[in-house]
Amino acid sequence: MLVNQEKIIEALIETIQMVAFSLLFSAVIGLPLGILLVATRKGHLLENLVVFNVINSIINIFRSVPFIILMVAIIPITRLIVGTSIGTAAAVVPLVFYAGPYIARLIENSLLEVDPGVIEAAEAMGATPGQIIFKFLIPEALSSLVLGFTIATIGLVGASAMAGAVGGGGLGDLAITYGYQRFDTTVMLITVAILVVMVQGLQSFGNILSKKIRRR
Amino acid sequence: MIEFQNLKKVYESGGQQVAALNGIDLKINKGEIFGVIGFSGAGKSSLIRCVNWLEKPTSGKVIVSGHDLTALSVKEIREVKRNIGMVFQHFNLLNSKTVFANVAMPLTLAKVPKDEIKKRVHELLEFVGLEDKANSYPDQLSGGQKQRIGIARALATQPSILLCDEATSALDPQTTSSILQLLKKINKEYNITILIITHEMSVIREICDRVAVIEAGKIIEEGTVFNVFSSPKTQTAKNFVSTVMNDQIPDSIKEVIEKQEGLQKIFRINFVGSSAGQPLLSQVAKKFNIDFNVLFGNITELQGTPFGNLIVEFQGPDSEIRRAIQFISQEKVSIREVTSRAS
Repeated sequence: MLVNQEKIIEALIETIQMVAFSLLFSAVIGLPLGILLVATRKGHLLENLVVFNVINSIINIFRSVPFIILMVAIIPITRLIVGTSIGTAAAVVPLVFYAGPYIARLIENSLLEVDPGVIEAAEAMGATPGQIIFKFLIPEALSSLVLGFTIATIGLVGASAMAGAVGGGGLGDLAITYGYQRFDTTVMLITVAILVVMVQGLQSFGNILSKKIRRR
Repeated sequence: MIEFQNLKKVYESGGQQVAALNGIDLKINKGEIFGVIGFSGAGKSSLIRCVNWLEKPTSGKVIVSGHDLTALSVKEIREVKRNIGMVFQHFNLLNSKTVFANVAMPLTLAKVPKDEIKKRVHELLEFVGLEDKANSYPDQLSGGQKQRIGIARALATQPSILLCDEATSALDPQTTSSILQLLKKINKEYNITILIITHEMSVIREICDRVAVIEAGKIIEEGTVFNVFSSPKTQTAKNFVSTVMNDQIPDSIKEVIEKQEGLQKIFRINFVGSSAGQPLLSQVAKKFNIDFNVLFGNITELQGTPFGNLIVEFQGPDSEIRRAIQFISQEKVSIREVTSRAS
């Protein structure tokens, strides 16, 4: 094996950092966008078709660009924000552009599942739109939202491995540079195994948490 | 308490305009239980939703506790809504929250202090008979229990109006009856005005004081439950009444009527109130030279007043029958001849 244990752990930490930070920033961007997508649609709380159509189109544009191309295309923006286009921190920028719109869609789906009768009851009580969103819609959708975030996190693990391939560091980088380019099958297997365990763990954690929320 | 003035609601649907409410004029008095009955699509849902602004009318006025809703700002309407509780057909409880949190919700929204909320919610749960379910979740409850929680929630802010949107339509007959008794208790104990919309005439009979029949977005008949039930004027009202009060002559009896010849005559006699308790027919038989034969009959109680309905065949000479009818008409009963085609 061409790499030692420390190198693998270092790569693992880089991956976790990339996923964690991009998840955080994506959620910060995706959550309000998802809420707006629901609230501004026709016949909903804050119907505003201009806002809806603009957000909807922007999200569709970002969702239709393949991640590998998105990553390269926004290099100028990455440089502007991080100062460089190489490294773990730089990888977070395209990851957020990738996962933010994705999370917005997942949140939209979850919130739309909420029984319209509950919103009607809220309106009958004289709840403000803000109260309806935070005291009715989100609590009712929480278990489904957790599953959505689980899917997004796993998507980010995969995307972060791709970001590694273009100099972002992390497990993907390790797998490409040693496992693929230097034919080190052991490194390849180890990184893949770690990724499999990560994904399994995340999904199980998400499932358990969602279930717990549904039936406390 | 609630007043609709020339209320209209028009929906656009596929380029076509559909009038759900077509000029409603209706007044609901303080402290009464008022029922609006109609078939689905008659506009009753739109009507009740205009009271708490879940639906905005196209034109006309809605006046609730003296406030003309059409003239109020969104914020002012929210204040008015605190004074109106609503109970839904499908309960519309938050499944993610406990029974306690569900009932507390309107108070939380109104930013009532926590200890006050706790006291009030326990009071409400006791009132609806579910104080032991405070920490349960709605999906652990039966339909009837869910509706009791829905009612407790609707009463949380001590409203003076309670709207019931098909509140018993998803429940079985026994549960329906217990929920209706609960609504009656609310009306009596808290003097809350209750507006009920339903398609079940039994609901109207059981608890309403007055009733309006709605059809194609218009009120076609209105009156006390007693009057509408004892003498419905429109065909729709007659149809609704006949769903709970069988006053149709059975087919087998119609056959008898059709075959009648000679001296018998068949009459429908309606008894109201105390007259239902009098031995009227036997008096008639003693006084006049006629025999009678009861073909069909029933007696129901409407708002605490007995209401009887008899179909009787008189046998005897014409002159005697005429005198007998005159005698009967002097009592507090109505009598009219039934021809084979009449109902």
